[in-house]
Amino acid sequence: MHHVLVEQWSRRASWLHRRDARGKLLALVAILIAIGTTRIDAHAALAAYALLLITALLAARLPVISILLRSASVLPFTGTFALVSWIAGDAPRAISLLEKSYLSALAALLLISTTPLPRLFAGLESLGVPRLINLTVQFLYRYLFVISEQAQHMRLASRCRSSGKNNHGTRSRFAAATGSLAVLFARSYGRAEGVHRAMLSRGFAGHFPLLAAPRFTLADGGFLTAAIASALLVRVGL
Amino acid sequence: MHIPDGFLTPPVWATLDILAVPCVGILTRRAQRATDESKLPLLGVLGAFVFAAQMINFPVGPGVSGHLVGGTLLAATLGPAPATVVMTAIIALQALVFQDGGILCLGANVFNMAIAGVLAGYLPYRLLSKRKSLALFSGAFLSVLVSACLALAELLSSGVKMPSGILGVSLGFFVVSALIEGGITVAVVKAIDRLNPAWVPAPQQSPRRQTGWIAVAAIVLAVAGILFASAAPDGIEKLSSDLGIASQTKALFSTPLADYDFKALPSEWLRKAAAGLCGLALIYIACLGLERLLRRRALPEA
Amino acid sequence: MSALIEVRGLRYRYDDGTQALNGIDFDLRPGDCVALLGANGSGKTTFVLHLNGLLTGEGFVKVCGLPVTKENLPAIRAKIGMVFQDSDEQLFMPSVLEDVAFGPANQGLKIEEATARAHTALTQVGMDWAAAKAPYHLSAGEKRRVALAGVLAMDPEILVLDEPTTYLDPPGQRELLKLLKELPQAKILVTHDIPFAQSLATRAVFFEKGKVVAEGSVSQVVGQFDWHL
Repeated sequence: MHHVLVEQWSRRASWLHRRDARGKLLALVAILIAIGTTRIDAHAALAAYALLLITALLAARLPVISILLRSASVLPFTGTFALVSWIAGDAPRAISLLEKSYLSALAALLLISTTPLPRLFAGLESLGVPRLINLTVQFLYRYLFVISEQAQHMRLASRCRSSGKNNHGTRSRFAAATGSLAVLFARSYGRAEGVHRAMLSRGFAGHFPLLAAPRFTLADGGFLTAAIASALLVRVGL
Repeated sequence: MHIPDGFLTPPVWATLDILAVPCVGILTRRAQRATDESKLPLLGVLGAFVFAAQMINFPVGPGVSGHLVGGTLLAATLGPAPATVVMTAIIALQALVFQDGGILCLGANVFNMAIAGVLAGYLPYRLLSKRKSLALFSGAFLSVLVSACLALAELLSSGVKMPSGILGVSLGFFVVSALIEGGITVAVVKAIDRLNPAWVPAPQQSPRRQTGWIAVAAIVLAVAGILFASAAPDGIEKLSSDLGIASQTKALFSTPLADYDFKALPSEWLRKAAAGLCGLALIYIACLGLERLLRRRALPEA
Repeated sequence: MSALIEVRGLRYRYDDGTQALNGIDFDLRPGDCVALLGANGSGKTTFVLHLNGLLTGEGFVKVCGLPVTKENLPAIRAKIGMVFQDSDEQLFMPSVLEDVAFGPANQGLKIEEATARAHTALTQVGMDWAAAKAPYHLSAGEKRRVALAGVLAMDPEILVLDEPTTYLDPPGQRELLKLLKELPQAKILVTHDIPFAQSLATRAVFFEKGKVVAEGSVSQVVGQFDWHL
């Protein structure tokens, strides 16, 4: 599955992996802005961004081809709109939509493949994302797989029960899906209560302890400066 | 509909980011006050539930199936402010980890689905607290429709062209999705309510009926308005030139940007963006104002 | 020696009116390892949730000389380490290290100290190699060990283990048994796993309808209630 592989990548060791999450987040925003504000017919500039991102992939010792392919997950959505634009007689925009959305997805994937999520969450928090949202994202990510697995099991179970009976109408299958979701909700609710019990048992008193915020080193500053400078250079120069 | 990066033009995403930040900030603070510490894990776990719920298909007709979007379900079970927090968390995670939706246009996606979507889903629920099914249905219907129309309006104001035929088909598609979401939400929330009524708390004391309905009507009209404005900016332009305000508008929106290197951006583009953005800003103010109003009315009784 | 846990006349009724506990007397002494046996719904888990104040009923519960009251909860929760049945609920932080450091950090330790404690506890259960991992990448046995490390990091005097062997394969059960035998803390096991209870527990208590109806060696109690496969 997608996230498992990406997570393995994020735990590799490279100079880029060691950089502070905040630096990488800001660098990502810089390059996204550069891509976003580039003229739609400036293909040379867009090619230069691609080159920049691929260089970063190589520097991070990540599997370039797999990541390039994976970034294409954005293309079905973009492709639809590109097609519509093309039909509407705006071919340059159609091409630009494909280019820009693909490059943006690639840049985002680069961040997530070089930064383990716990560090990313800590970085977001020190950049000012509200605690409640950050905690919710963390719990969400933690239980996403647990609950998805339950959903898979339920889907499998309902398929087993319904196999062979073709007379199952839409209505009864709709009712079955409703029942599954309600039960999944109930289990999720129960799980949240269990999590809270476990938290209390280990002395939770309303505040999540923060592991020490990582230091923003000179190297991080250098990386951020270089990233912004090269994005700017391409944006203005090409 | 998660808009990826590369679709919206800078004024559109930047404005929506700037709008979404204080909005989420306020709602988060409200959620923090409304959520006691024991509910902390619940927000995240229910977020995961909504994520996972998308795997379960609901057959709605021959060959047609849909899945839960969940904004209204969350609003009905957690309350509107916590539901916004959960939806924001979902959208942020999808953008960061799954490259589903952009990062620069996170504000746009959060605004469409977590703020406008949840509010539009919750208002009818709160107004029609006595007729739960109807309330849930209309809430979920509105929620999906408002989110999708906003997203479409943002795309159109960013200059994505759409022949009117395709536009019509998309709108029809949105209405169908919204109806499906309505049906699923009613069925699932009622089933949850049967399992444990405490999971679907009654909404706080209803505000005065009329104000609420005006709120709903305002949201619907505003969304329709921006959609129309962004789909047919020429019409708006004609209207405003007839009224003699076009030149001022043009001056207003081009002057501050004239000194910068925006030559690449055609002025038509700017006008479209401006039309769409004005509408969005209005909706935002309307949503916020109404929420304030509703809260103030609810307070003395609470 | 004085009792680590003293319970007298504990009663608890659920919101729906079910009488879950109906007058429980219980003692735990240092070095004890007591197995709580009994049918599902006989009140074993409800009972242990009273020991660290997750539930409060009528009656009297004292842990390490402290009555279970709101003021004493932080101290009591530091003394009783509870390992729940579902490790996924127990391990809620994004990484193993953060999770194990959660308890000590709540005790007010500085983050460096908490992390050091977490590493020590992880080493104790043989899981330090997984410190940077996310909990969902671990096997059931590994998760159970990390959950145990999470409570050991708080340096408790008592361990409460709810169905510690569920989801574990036989080698996993064997390793857990070995690990638990080496730990010096007094233990309470809530379990249906009779061989496991027999190899670990010094004493057994049998629950029925919210009451303790028998006490003795594991084999005695198992024999008395025909409590085996």
